[in-house]
Amino acid sequence: MMKQYRLPDKRGHFGEFGGRFVPETLMPALQELEEVYRQAKRDREFQRELDFYLSRYAGRPTPLYFAKRLTDYLGGAKVYLKREDLAHTGSHKINNTLGQVLLAKKMGKERIIAETGAGQHGVATATASALFGFPCRIYMGEEDIKRQKINVFRMKLLGAEVVPVNSGSKTLKDAINQTIRDWVTNVRTTYYVLGSVVGPHPYPMMVRDFQSVIGKELKRQIIFEEKKLPDMLIACVGGGSNSMGMFFPFLKEDVKLIGVEAGGLGISSPYHGATLARGSIGILHGSKSFLLQTEDGQILPTHSIAAGLDYPGVGPEHSYLKLKGRVSYTAVTDEEALNAFRLLSRIEGIIPALESSHALAYALKVVPSLDKDKVVVINLSGRGDKDIEQIEKRMADESYK
Amino acid sequence: MNRINEVFDELKREGRKALICFITLGYPDLKSTEELIFEFEKRGVDIIELGIPFSDPLADGPVIQYSSQEALRKGVSLKKAVEFVKKVRRKTSIPLVFMGYYNPIFKFGEKLFIDKALEAGVDGLILADLPPEEAGNIIPYARERNFPLIFLLTPVSSDYRIKLICRVSEGFVYCVSYTGVTGRGYREEDLLRKFIKKTRSYTEVPLCIGFGISSPFDAEKLSSFADGVIVGSAIIKRIRENENREDMIYRVGEFVLSLSRAIRKNSLKDIPEPPSLD
Repeated sequence: MMKQYRLPDKRGHFGEFGGRFVPETLMPALQELEEVYRQAKRDREFQRELDFYLSRYAGRPTPLYFAKRLTDYLGGAKVYLKREDLAHTGSHKINNTLGQVLLAKKMGKERIIAETGAGQHGVATATASALFGFPCRIYMGEEDIKRQKINVFRMKLLGAEVVPVNSGSKTLKDAINQTIRDWVTNVRTTYYVLGSVVGPHPYPMMVRDFQSVIGKELKRQIIFEEKKLPDMLIACVGGGSNSMGMFFPFLKEDVKLIGVEAGGLGISSPYHGATLARGSIGILHGSKSFLLQTEDGQILPTHSIAAGLDYPGVGPEHSYLKLKGRVSYTAVTDEEALNAFRLLSRIEGIIPALESSHALAYALKVVPSLDKDKVVVINLSGRGDKDIEQIEKRMADESYK
Repeated sequence: MNRINEVFDELKREGRKALICFITLGYPDLKSTEELIFEFEKRGVDIIELGIPFSDPLADGPVIQYSSQEALRKGVSLKKAVEFVKKVRRKTSIPLVFMGYYNPIFKFGEKLFIDKALEAGVDGLILADLPPEEAGNIIPYARERNFPLIFLLTPVSSDYRIKLICRVSEGFVYCVSYTGVTGRGYREEDLLRKFIKKTRSYTEVPLCIGFGISSPFDAEKLSSFADGVIVGSAIIKRIRENENREDMIYRVGEFVLSLSRAIRKNSLKDIPEPPSLD
């Protein structure tokens, strides 16, 4: 529990983390963005417009659902699911993109660019761009394009141009590099919709604020259902936007917060994305945070079955909350996430995203040991439609063996 | 006095502009880098920037990205780069400046790096992703040890930032010619001239223009209103085109000489005799 929490500071730092480590060309743009965002935050008209689109267009508030069959199956604490998978476009990403594209409109920008990993942020950005009439370009690693075909097609249907990135590891990290390069080149006309609580200040703060709608709704909903605050919140962490949005309104409350990273093939192997568990402090994509890197400061390749968690960095605020001990971070493997994916599909009729399945998988481990009067909420950050093809293939391979 | 300031003092006396050439350290291999340094010195280069490869070079275009990746594949690290300079330094007195990204330096330890760099004979450091606001830990120590940190300015930098960067940048100020990554970009010449003129009114530190300077024509034109020009991608491109030829070093040297001659058209004195072609 934290009594006071007013971060980041004026220079965008969360303790030693965060900041603004970018080429000089972007410094004026980031300062402008920060100013416009601070105004928008206080501007009733802007907030009203955002609320309007969040409710009438994106379907908020998303339900808080008591998963009775899952609760009975686990035989421990009561399990609720925060149904971000029911938000328009199928994940929490729309909360942030609507906010940022409205900012782009306010700033008079002409063009939208974004990176995407699993494609959920790309789809949400393409959607908001279509809604407000912006031309939109999405950078996506070639590797991710292969495993998230459906989302690539969705983005194209929405009128976005999807540009494959074939440098480096050909995943999210390289897509971010390429989007930054585009932004540096077209900084005067272009708005960069960053999809997670990473990057240079003000992005980690801004994305957190836009995603905090998850935690704010949840607080109201759980008090209505249970007449008390939950005992534990669980969310997956890649860059960390759905978890930050869920946790932020609870930082000052007596609620246990757990972030679940991608354990891949196991965190003692080199094939994982568990940045907070195995990383060290460094600078990537404009901020100081934990990183998976070599002794020489080169960024390491990562692995996760979930494209959205396949990232060697993590939001600077998560690094801060880890060091402060306010949030506990853990990791589950690909296999554990897949089992959770199958279980929820069968037992509750909800097909979760592979990313969200990581949060579920940890819940499966911890819930049975908790008393029945305890309440646990899992952030079901996205739906699994995008993963069906990949999993079908994997299951076919397994049955063949 | 450090070597960069010495070079600019000498250029000033001779009424010449600086030719600064960038090569990626370890591309295509360390031996070639060493030979290129000696060749450049003979061909009229005043300062050499050695690119320290980084896995995520987000300010670089495809040409330097490629060379960086290749150097990493060959196992080049910051530590090896320092050792390399230590060895080469015995045979040359040309200023050697490291250019790269902050993370490898941070991971190495900023103070330790400055100590080791000075000991090896590295003459300065340019970091593409470290604005002065975040350099509070490194600036005082670099000053104390007289190790130049060179910062970048761009045509979109505000007056406030121009003043700030001119105050902290030592050796020279790296003036980026356009908004974009290294290599090819769209240069608005009028804007650039105004920006250099404005910056000039704030500082005595030499102003050198870089990014997108790809020909003797560019070099001549841009050096006419600055204190020097920086050429990178165009050189790496020529290294790559000639990578498998025995005379790669000579060919790249010829290109560099053409730049040097073009710049000297803006000098008060005549071109010295080119080196013999033995």
